Parts: sequence; structure tokens; C-alpha cells
Amino acid sequence: MSEEILSMKGITKVYPNGVVANKDMDFSLRKGEIHALAGENGAGKSTLMKILFGMEQPEEGDIYINGQKVIIPSPSAAIKYGIGMVHQHFMLVPSLTVAENMVLGIEPKKRAFIDFEKAVSITEELSEKYNLNVDPRAKVEDLPVGKKQKTEILKALLRGADILILDEPTAVLTPQETKELFSELIRFKEMGHTIIFISHKLKEVKQICDRITIMRNGRSMGVHNIADVSEEDISRLMVGRDVILKVDKQKSKPKDAVLNVNNLNYVNELGKKVISDVKFSVRKGEILGIAGVEGNGQRELIEIITGLRKYHMGKVMINGKDIKNLSIKDIRNLNTSHIPEDRMIYGVAGEGSISENLISDRYDKPEFNGKLFLNKAKLKDLSNKLVSEYKIKCSSADQSVGMLSGGNIQKVVVAREFSSEPELLVADQPTRGIDVGATEFIRNRIVEMRDKGAAVLLVSADLNEVMELSDSLIVMYGGEIVAYFEDASKITENELGKYMLGIKKQSQEEVRRAFYA
Amino acid sequence: MRKEGVFEIVRTLIVILLALLLAFLIVVGVSKEPVLALNKFFLGPVSSPRYFGNVIEAAIPLTFAGLAICVMFQAKQFNLGVTGSFFIGAVVAAAIAIKVPLPAGIHPLVAILVGGIVGGAANFIPAILKAKWNASELVSSLMLNYVMTFLGLYIINFVLRDVYAGAMVSLKFLPTATLPKIIPKTRIHLGLFIAIFMVAFTYFFLYRTKWGYALRTTGLNSSFAKYSGVNINSVIIYSQVIGGIISGIGGATELLGMYSRFEWQAAPAYGFDGVIVAILARNNPLYIPLASFFLAYLRIGADIMSRATDVPSEVIAVIQGIIILLIGAERFLAKWRHKIVVKSATESLEAKGGKQNESAI
Amino acid sequence: MKVLFDVIFSTAFGYAILRVTTPILFAALGALVSDRAGVTNIGLEGIMLSSALAGVIVSALTGSAWIGLLAAVIVGILIGLFMAYFALNLKTDIILTGIAINLMASGGTIFVLYLVAHDKGISTSLNSKIMPSVALPLIKDIPVLGPILSGHNILTYFSLIAVLLVYILLYKTPLGLRIRAVGESPNAADSVGISVNKVRYIALGISGALAGFGGAYLSMGYVSWFSTNMTAGRGFIALAAEAMGRGMPLGTFLTSLLFGFADALSNSLQSLRIPAEFVQMIPYVATLLGLVIYATQEKSKIEKAKRG
Repeated sequence: MSEEILSMKGITKVYPNGVVANKDMDFSLRKGEIHALAGENGAGKSTLMKILFGMEQPEEGDIYINGQKVIIPSPSAAIKYGIGMVHQHFMLVPSLTVAENMVLGIEPKKRAFIDFEKAVSITEELSEKYNLNVDPRAKVEDLPVGKKQKTEILKALLRGADILILDEPTAVLTPQETKELFSELIRFKEMGHTIIFISHKLKEVKQICDRITIMRNGRSMGVHNIADVSEEDISRLMVGRDVILKVDKQKSKPKDAVLNVNNLNYVNELGKKVISDVKFSVRKGEILGIAGVEGNGQRELIEIITGLRKYHMGKVMINGKDIKNLSIKDIRNLNTSHIPEDRMIYGVAGEGSISENLISDRYDKPEFNGKLFLNKAKLKDLSNKLVSEYKIKCSSADQSVGMLSGGNIQKVVVAREFSSEPELLVADQPTRGIDVGATEFIRNRIVEMRDKGAAVLLVSADLNEVMELSDSLIVMYGGEIVAYFEDASKITENELGKYMLGIKKQSQEEVRRAFYA
Repeated sequence: MRKEGVFEIVRTLIVILLALLLAFLIVVGVSKEPVLALNKFFLGPVSSPRYFGNVIEAAIPLTFAGLAICVMFQAKQFNLGVTGSFFIGAVVAAAIAIKVPLPAGIHPLVAILVGGIVGGAANFIPAILKAKWNASELVSSLMLNYVMTFLGLYIINFVLRDVYAGAMVSLKFLPTATLPKIIPKTRIHLGLFIAIFMVAFTYFFLYRTKWGYALRTTGLNSSFAKYSGVNINSVIIYSQVIGGIISGIGGATELLGMYSRFEWQAAPAYGFDGVIVAILARNNPLYIPLASFFLAYLRIGADIMSRATDVPSEVIAVIQGIIILLIGAERFLAKWRHKIVVKSATESLEAKGGKQNESAI
Repeated sequence: MKVLFDVIFSTAFGYAILRVTTPILFAALGALVSDRAGVTNIGLEGIMLSSALAGVIVSALTGSAWIGLLAAVIVGILIGLFMAYFALNLKTDIILTGIAINLMASGGTIFVLYLVAHDKGISTSLNSKIMPSVALPLIKDIPVLGPILSGHNILTYFSLIAVLLVYILLYKTPLGLRIRAVGESPNAADSVGISVNKVRYIALGISGALAGFGGAYLSMGYVSWFSTNMTAGRGFIALAAEAMGRGMPLGTFLTSLLFGFADALSNSLQSLRIPAEFVQMIPYVATLLGLVIYATQEKSKIEKAKRG
């Protein structure tokens, strides 16, 4: 049993908006192991590693390296302690070469100038030593993703990293590149490095890691030897619910389809296929939930449905109309409402008042406009009505939205989007990052909308929410729909976890049942 | 009033005070007769009705410029074409004032209206460049200022030139074309009412119409506006065109109110003046007259000072710059602002009996 | 028409192009350095103007053109750092900061001019010095090219050397690498411990210095005096030139040359029968057109990338 080189004890981190990202978290690392850190989005693993790399500071807790207590106030300090991080979104300068990126900040000099040849030879040496083949003279922007990642890794190694943190490293790699990465990691291990492997891809974790720490809701669910746990065990620990928030609702009686997505395929700007043959419907009077770990195509799908992104392959119809060439306004005029995932960017204008934010989707409608002017009285009535109906805690409807708490900001968004009596409601992470009271309120409202006959498409990374609120469920993995459950109440979270993590997959016929055109 | 609103007013006042203090120091440092200079600077404008009238006269074009900038900046379009539109609007008004006989009463109004339309057309160029190709409206509007200036000068020098006059000026305007004076013993003209009307128009446009709402929302958060269905390109265009129309009206009004022929050899830099006024007024049309008055007061005061003492009037250039820099500085007094914001939010929550576990920030 | 051709294809015109390009080139290089660091320096116009005055005053006081030049450059650096303080520390929008600088310079230079020269228009009462012109040995005797390239003010040659120096700075020195990194990916720079603000401060200082050279040239080489607002929008034309030069020193040089051409053309044509006003418009219209062409190209590049 090798000795412990890193120990994090009792780490607690609370973000300014009140979210508890890490609660009394312990993490221990042994020399020379590949240690997996697994958990769903929001479980707190990124936060824990950011604390380790000096990018965030914990409220409570200590870090020990080789038995010595240390303080890590910045990435530079972490680097000094031999910790290197390979971020999910690479920290590379695209127009510079690999060698230049490698030596940025520690440039070798020949009198006043950069010694490029030295930079290249340093890179080559390191490249050979670790068997990570990258062309030092190539521009980063020209490299495929796999090579970019190798550059990131070399960067960390150059700065003396003994402990390498890899954040979801295979999320952007092809299967071939993944294979290469794994043989590299084993090599690193043989050379005495220690690796923290953040991932929710259980097959890979099983393949390459020695031990695994599972996180859920900011806490540790235990450390295990990989050999001692099966994928299903891990899934059960990761994808569970502490508290089952029951939502009071009747059984749904769905009618005709309002939204029909037919054979949708989408390739993003980086050339990656992010949506593959997606085919499903959302019917009147039902809540269809999309379960899945973030990054499996849900974001692009929602953007296409709501008009923020244009699609080219397939057909998306709302109330019988193809939305391919429609503007966002046109789509909204088809009685579609949208609660965006990123409320501060898309959902509100932070410096505007509550009332200004409440009317952004209907300010030009005839009922609020005279010949020239807005009917201020009517708009004021509407604002006041919505503020009280949605219990938005504010000093007045003239208060600026940015002053409200997260939950109340979301209530403003919800108030606006729900009050337009939509036939199709798209809700993307509707209760993320907000307090319990607002969460309950919003969820009940969603059920009300459904009861009034709206078709609701719910995307949520919160398993609680997606299981409790949805009438039917689809699961997305790798840009595809891998499961459809007509009755969400009939499935257990264990089962769901398996589909979400790619362990199981339904057949084509089973998945096709999601389409009701 | 909201606490944050009060804070902003106080902050603006502090900045003005600091800027004035700086001016004070410069005058004291530079002048051989500082007391007289300061006296003339701060009290000169109120020392006679004529001087005070000068302040009002000077405030009129500043109001138009401030309103134009206000509209464009609220849409986050950094278009400085006010100078060019102002100038060409004046030129066109001069042309109508000289060549197109119309009955009194209508004559100046038509000239001003047409001046406005031409000003708007001029500003359409940077607007369409931005909307279609995302070309910097800042650089294109600045270039256009020069183009409009030369175009205007050409028209004056070749089409409207008075060959018998000593300098490069235009023919005299027809008597029906000029705006009448409205206050005896001063040169204050009807343009004052036009300016006041423009303030009301701008206010109502921005805060009481759907176009104004779309414009302001786009300026606050264009992603949000887009997501809500607003046509951003449309806003980019009409905000700048309206800015140009207001500037053109301003130029025409100034010309027909203060002059009997076109005499400008270069374009007065109303674009930058408009920026100062708009910044002081925090882009709110209702405060623009106040800000214009303030700036005009400083200008006239500096003028009076420069004529009576050895301090050149350009000292206010420094004041203007400092005002822009400090009011625009978000971090200036930011800590204090943060405290007030926190205090205000907690207070309002307590007043409403809010839950203790809700964090207000 | 023939007269036009005669004018353009003369060596005097070629000479004029280089002469007129000098201030635009300096300012454009200044825009380049700050732009690569991720800060847009709109205040170049004001910096050039202030430096022009500083050069004139100090050279008159000290009797030395070179010390005047030094003063001009120092003033440029100081204003650049001043801008950096407001934009980076106090977080005033960088564009507003530039506008403020231009305003202060425009009025401030008249103020100082009056105090020193007792004239609000021109500084001829001061005995300011000019930078020497240089006849290049050997080159001056080459037919056609000789009269075009030789005999320029030393600052014109400086501006050409500056292109090389800026290139070397950006692509061969550690500072240059960091400037480019900070401008393109501030997060990446931050992650390796580089202080993004510190690099930007330095970039603005260099930008100011280059604009300072441009200003010094205007009042101590192009002509030998300072007159109000003598920069005539060159600081803004330089911004357009730099944008079109795609952020490369060589490209910036070529586009500056283009605008220099327009400027020289407008000067030469004044003597012909075309109305002066249209001729004077040429550089600005050229800039507008340049801006449009550049923008349409950028847009089609993005569209192509989207279609993959």
C-alpha cells in the first residue's frame, strides 16, 4: 500500500448565491495511483478540484500534501506544490505554436529574445519522455482535439506536476484518441505520477482507475477500490436521491402532439455531431422530461427548438409549422415559451427593472399599445399582478432585477414565460441554483401549466426533478435518445442511471415510440 | 426613490465637484489674477442678463447633441456621427432658407425638418454597416463626420456662396426663414421650444413606445433582447438614424436661430459635447436640459474668464475629460456603492418580512 | 485625366506618400500593439496631438529637437499609462476613456499652447526645432527609387524601422508572446500565472510611445509647428488601417501606406481644378470603404466556418 500524498479534509465551499458545492468533503490520494472522482453535474467534483488547484478558496477544511498542511491561494501556488490541471476547456492560445504555449510565462531566453529552438527542444524532450507525440512547431488552432489535450498535459508536466488532475478528459476525444490517452496515463503512472481522473463515464473509469471516490450533492459517498465495485454499484451511489421531493400531481391525459422533432441531426461549429437521429414528440397536457448528463446534446436541441440556433437536417414542427426558417419572434408567436438555462444571459436584463423584464415578450402586442404609445397603466397592472401571483420578493416592481436573489430572478423569468399562456413550454434547468421555496413554487406551477393543457418539455440535470415532474421521459446520451419511458413513475433511479451513463440502451423500436406525429 | 438611484446622483455630484476643484487648481496655478479669473468663471454668467442669455443659447444645441447621443448610447451603439449630422442638417436648412421661399412660420419648420431627415440619412451609413457587416460604428461615424463636413462646406462654398461677402460664407437667409427671438435683451430664439419639445419627444419615445422599449432592452442585454424576439438589427439601425435626425434638427435649429447666414468654416464638435451631456444626464432625456445647462454655464463662464483675464477658455476641456473618466469609472466609489446596495437589499427584505435563509445578493 | 496621371506617377508623389504615411503608420503600430493585448486604444488621436505640442514646446525650450522628441514620447507613454489606470483599475469603458483623452487633448493643447505661445492657433512664435532629414548615401542615386526613398525626415525612416521593431517585439520577445496570449486568451495567460493587467498596462504604454513618435513627427518634421487639431483624424484613420492590417505589422504597414496614398493624393489634387472639399474627403471616404471591405470579408469568413 503506497503512502498518501494528498489529503483534503472537511472541505466546505459555499458560493455567494448560496449553493453549497462541497459539504465536509474528504478526499485522499495515494502515490502512483489513478484515482477516479465521479459524480453527476453539480455533485461538486469540479469545485473540489478548483479548490485543489487554487482557483477557489474553501470556507472550511484543510489540505495536506505529503503530510504537511498547505495553503493554495492561486494556481501558481498549486503549480509550486506539483499539482497540474488539465481543464475541460483547454487553456491554450490558439494562434501560438505548441512550443510557445508550453513555455508561456517561463520563456527560455537568448539575450533579449525568446530562444525558440530551446522551447522546441524542451517540448521534444518532454514529448519523448512521456511518449506524447505533438509537433512543437504546429499551431494549436490547427491541431485535432487529442493533440491539444496532449499539449495541455505536457504543459502541466513541464511545470513539474507530480499530481495531474484531468477534468473529463475523454469528453472531447474520439475512441481512438481515448485509447491513446489511456496508454499514456498508464505510462505516467509507471513513471511515478499520480492522476486524479474526473469523469462520469463508468466504463472508462472501470478500465483505467485504481480507486474511485464518488460524490453526490457535495458530499463524499465513499472511496472504493475499483475491483470491488461494479458499474451498477457506482451508478447507484452516484445517481441517487437523498430526499425524494414528491410533487403532487394527477396522472396526465396527453392529447395531440404540439412539438414534433423528426430525424434531427446536428453538427456543431467544431465539426462534432452533437445530435443524432433524434425523434420525439411532446403532447398537449404532458410533461416530457429529458434526462441525461449535461453535454449529451440537450443544449443544442433546446437551442434549435427555441430558435437560438438554426438546424439543417431533419424537421422540427411546432403546431404543424416547420420552424426551420422562423425567427425567434415567429416561434414565440406559435405560442412557445422558454425558460432558458442561463438566466442571467438570456433570461433577464439584470440592470432593467422587474416590470421591464416581465414584458419583454409582449411589449409590442396590440393589447398593450395605443396608436403610438405603450399602455403604461395596463403594463403596470400586469407587472403588479405577476409580482403578487408569483410571490416575487422585491421592494417594488421598479426594483432592478439584478438585486433579487437567484430564486426571485427565476420567478421573474417564469412569471413572464408562463403568463403568455403557451401551448409549448420549454423549461431548461428551471430550478437550478435557487432556494427550496422558489423551487417548490415553480415546480407546482409547471404542473399547473400542464393541467391547463400545455405541452411541457423539461430538461433537467437534477434527477429528483426530472423523475418527479415528468410524466414521460427520454434519456439522451451521446447525442442520441437511448431510452423512452412512457410512464416516468414506473422507473427507478438505478435503472435511469444506467441509461444516463451509457451502460444500457433501448432498441430502435422502443425509442421510436417517443414520436407521436 | 431607490437607494441606488440616490447613490448615483451623489456620485455624479462628487465627480462634478472634483472636476471643478481641478479647474480651480489649474486656474490658481496658471493665472496672475486668480481671484478675478475664478470670479469671472463661476459668477460671470449670472452677472448680466446678456451673459445668462448666452448660457441658455449655448445650452440649446448641447441639448440636441445630448439627446442624440442618449438615444444611441442607450442602444449601446457608440456612434459619434452627431457632429456630421448636425453640420449637414444645418447646411441643408441653409439651402432651404436661401433658395426655397415659403410663408413665414412654415419656412423655418420645413427647413429644420428637412435638416433632420438629411441628418438621419447621413447616420444611416454607419448604422447599416454595423447591422449588416458588424463594422465598427465608432470609426465609420467618425470618418463620416469628416465626409459630411467637407460635403457641407462644398455646398456652402460653391452653391450657396455669397461672392460679395468678405469671407467664405453663404448668402443671407430669407427673412421668413429665421427663428424669431423670444426673450428681449437676449438672443434666445424659438429653438428653445423646439429643444424642449425634442426632450419630451425623446423621453416619450424611449420610455413610452414599443420601439423605445426594444431599443433600451437591446442596450441592456442584447442576448436577452434577441431571445425575447426583438429584431436586433432593426434596433441597431433605427437607433442611429434617430440619433442622426435629432442631430440634424439640432444643427438646423442652431443655424436658423442664431445666424442670418451660414458662417461656420468647420464643424463644431457637438458629438463629443453630446457625450459629456449624455454621461452627466446618465442617458436619461429628462436630465439632459440640466446637464446641457451645466455644461453651457461652464463654457460661457470660461469664455468670460478668458476675455477678462489671462486664462484661456479651454481649461474646461480638462474638466470635461475628468467628468467622463470618473463617471464612467465603475470602480470609482464602488466599495461604497456595494455597501449601500447590500444595506438596501437587506432592508427591503426585512420590511417585507422575508425569510432569513434567503441571500439577497 | 492626363494631369492626374502625371501627378500620380511622379517621383515627387512617391516621395509624398512616404512622407504622409509616417504619422498614420506610427499611430497604426500603436493601435496594433494595444489591440494585440486586447485593449482598443481610441485615444491615439489625443495622444498624438499632445505629443506634437510637447515636442514643439520642449524643443523650443531646450533648443534641441532630440530632447523635444524624447519629451513627446514620454508624454505619449504617460497618457497611455493614464488611460490604462482608468480602463483597467477603475474600469471605465475603454472607449469612453479614449473619447475623454481625445477631448482633454483637443482643448488641453490649445490651453497650453496659449499659455506658452500666446496664440490659440499656431506655435510659430516659439522657436521650435525640427528633426533632421537624411539623404541616404547610395540609395539617393538610384533612378526613380532614389528621389522617392531618400531625403526623408529621420522619423520617417524610424517609422519604417518601427514596423520591424514591432514585429520583433511581438514575435520574438517574451513580452510579445505574453501580449499576444493576453489579447487572444486571457484565461490561458492567467492559468500560467501571467498578470493580464500588467501586460495590458505595458501594451498601452508602448502604444502611447508609438503615437508619441507620430505626434512628434507631425510638429517637428511634417511641418515645423503645432497648430490646433493638426492631427485631423489621423488617429482614427490609423485605427481603421490597423483593423484592415489584420493585426500583423506588415499588413498594418501596407494598409497605412494605402491611406497615406489617399492623403497624398488629396494634397496633390488640391492644385488641380477639383474642388478642395472633395479632395480633402478622399482619405476619409477611403477609410470608410476600407472598413466596409474588411467587414464584409470578416463576415464571409465566419459564415464559411459555420458551414464547416
